[in-house]
Amino acid sequence: MPDNNRIAVAMSGGVDSSAVAAMLHQQGYELIGLTMQLWNQRRLPELSGGHAAGRCCSLDDVYDARQVAQQLGIPYYVLNFEERFEEQVVKPFIDEYLAGRTPIPCTLCNNFIKFDRFLDMAAGVGADRIATGHYARISRNKETGRWQLRKGVDEAKDQTYFLFGLTQEQLSRTLFPLGEYTKAQVREIACSMGLPVAQKNDSQEICFVPNGDYAAFIDAYFREQGIERSRIRGEIVNREGRVLGEHDGVHHFTVGQRKGLRIAHGEPLYVIATEPQTQRVIVGRNEDLMRGELVARDVNWISIEPIREPVRAMVKIRNKHAPAAATLTPSGEPSRVLVRFDEPQRAVTPGQAAVFYDGDLVLGGGWIE
Amino acid sequence: MNTPFYFDHNATTPVAPEVLEAMVSVMAEVYGNASSIHRTGQAARQKLETARRQVAAFLGCDSKEIVFTSGGTEADNLAILGAVRSSQRPRKHVVTTAIEHAAVLNTCAWLEREGVAVTYVPVGADGVVDPSDVQRALRPDTVLISVMHANNETGAIQPVAEIARIGREAGIPVHCDGVQAAGKVEAKPRELGVDFYSISGHKLYAPKGIGALYIRAGAKLEPLLHGGRHEQGRRPGTENVAGAVALGHAAELAQSRLASEARRLSELRDRLERGIEAAVPHVRIVAGRSPRVPNTVNVVFDGVEGEAMVIALDLRGFAVSTGSACSSGAVEPSHVLMAMGMSRKEARSALRFSLGHSNNAEQVDALIEAIAESVSHLRKLSPDYAHA
Repeated sequence: MPDNNRIAVAMSGGVDSSAVAAMLHQQGYELIGLTMQLWNQRRLPELSGGHAAGRCCSLDDVYDARQVAQQLGIPYYVLNFEERFEEQVVKPFIDEYLAGRTPIPCTLCNNFIKFDRFLDMAAGVGADRIATGHYARISRNKETGRWQLRKGVDEAKDQTYFLFGLTQEQLSRTLFPLGEYTKAQVREIACSMGLPVAQKNDSQEICFVPNGDYAAFIDAYFREQGIERSRIRGEIVNREGRVLGEHDGVHHFTVGQRKGLRIAHGEPLYVIATEPQTQRVIVGRNEDLMRGELVARDVNWISIEPIREPVRAMVKIRNKHAPAAATLTPSGEPSRVLVRFDEPQRAVTPGQAAVFYDGDLVLGGGWIE
Repeated sequence: MNTPFYFDHNATTPVAPEVLEAMVSVMAEVYGNASSIHRTGQAARQKLETARRQVAAFLGCDSKEIVFTSGGTEADNLAILGAVRSSQRPRKHVVTTAIEHAAVLNTCAWLEREGVAVTYVPVGADGVVDPSDVQRALRPDTVLISVMHANNETGAIQPVAEIARIGREAGIPVHCDGVQAAGKVEAKPRELGVDFYSISGHKLYAPKGIGALYIRAGAKLEPLLHGGRHEQGRRPGTENVAGAVALGHAAELAQSRLASEARRLSELRDRLERGIEAAVPHVRIVAGRSPRVPNTVNVVFDGVEGEAMVIALDLRGFAVSTGSACSSGAVEPSHVLMAMGMSRKEARSALRFSLGHSNNAEQVDALIEAIAESVSHLRKLSPDYAHA
């Protein structure tokens, strides 16, 4: 029967999740170390020259995670989530780009893999709770009984932007032990505990995309699948519809982008929007990127009940965005929220998330339409 | 954690005490190089040749027909690559089956890269190859047939003698991977009529790192390794005398208890299968009506991931297995079960229990109970399980 003292630790082989395992082990929990095998790094060898080392889910990472588990003396297993990851993260990621949006695969992975399938697997092996190396904090509001999500104390490392989809049930079964520490402290802890991964480099932004070149990834994926895409080339036009140049596919562009347009023009040009139906990329001036409002769909409320009247919040529209003051207004449907900024914001990008904060507290978040 | 009840003897077996004793005494005392002229070397040579005779007796062949290898994988590689490369034909073709072990399948895949054509004969839902499919797969340029004796995942015994007859009539040499059959059923390459027969020590209560290949007298075979004249030049490298001695003793032990263990293990197997069927609804015994080795049970549990079951049972103290693991240790759906027509999802729901010398009725009953509890727990969490 499930034992309340048993925790499944998601171990990636990196310093953060290794530190989590070591810390919880020291606190006397009964741990099970689990590594999610998400992507076969030997696929699409053209992207990396065949070198998979140092990227997520490489054999090196599994080796490191196993070594940490052995050092702690905890049972350790690798879970094969590759097919699920491809269906629920990689393919939607590609579809979003082709639809002219800029997706966040880490959030899909959190919503559909780490805090869904992984929680189930943990429960299946008798662990009611899981622990991960995310920089975020979970607490419980004693009055309302709601589980709340807070930024990690290390602002630079805070990962709450990717965690806005967590449900109350998921939060109730999750531990984020690193939320109280800075990355530097975590490295120190890992070092003092003698973990072999203490000095390992941080992982890159999108684990399955080498060097962040997502367009090359998408092209390579289509070649692997033998899918011929017709008419991916298109025109680059200004807001008046005048043709300024050509491009190799809308998936190479994201809103706000300046590089890679290959157009000689008097003033700097930025991508304002992409139109997958016409294969057109629309460019304009920096001012054209400013937006005063946005609509967030599929909003998930975390620390507060769904709002019924306007609420003030700080809103983050991409991971590295400095939160901006805004008023959240419920629309007709509870899962759609109108976000009206006090000051216009640059490059509001469809497919990214709008996450609502009150100080440290994550109120909720949704996808930008 | 307590020592688990071990139900994974098709993965590997513990070294039998008498085998360990024989091996350790050789390691401690007989250090000579079996190829040396002096008496120190001769002592090692004598141990080596005694071991070879023991293995030959076990396989029912002449000791000159036995070559020691580093294990089953090397034996399979040596037989397949060695036989194919010994043929001088400009175009070559190999026939094997879809359910072979990776040591055979990936060797054949390598041959394909070298320009050799390979046909992978399918199996039926019973997990058994139809010899007439092998017959039909033959071509004028076929240079080798390779078929396993017993499948590692289902235990299904393949019609090797019939396939060997087909090969003989067509003048094509036949290799048989006997790694999962030797020690469980009679493993006599001459009676089967095959030209090459692979065995592995660690499936037979000998240690890892030793195996053997039966090479029919007169069969053509190119060596894989090049070096000294050890093993008649077919497998150069200073002989692993201690390993060979262990394999020899293990072979003798296996022969002496073959009939009694087959009877005992098939009773335990039936007890396990009946127990699972009685305690767990919606299960299916794989290859249950096929001829099979007495120790292997493969069960599909509807709506349950084998991966989760292996972990859950391991944490309860039972070592079992599922499908095959990839290099990271993650589980992949079994190519054997999919070759039998199962969907990926069904194949993922399969578990293999392989019994061995240490198992008894009490352990089997404890396993049944643990399976029933784990399945019931996992099914409660499973969105795929609709029978509730």
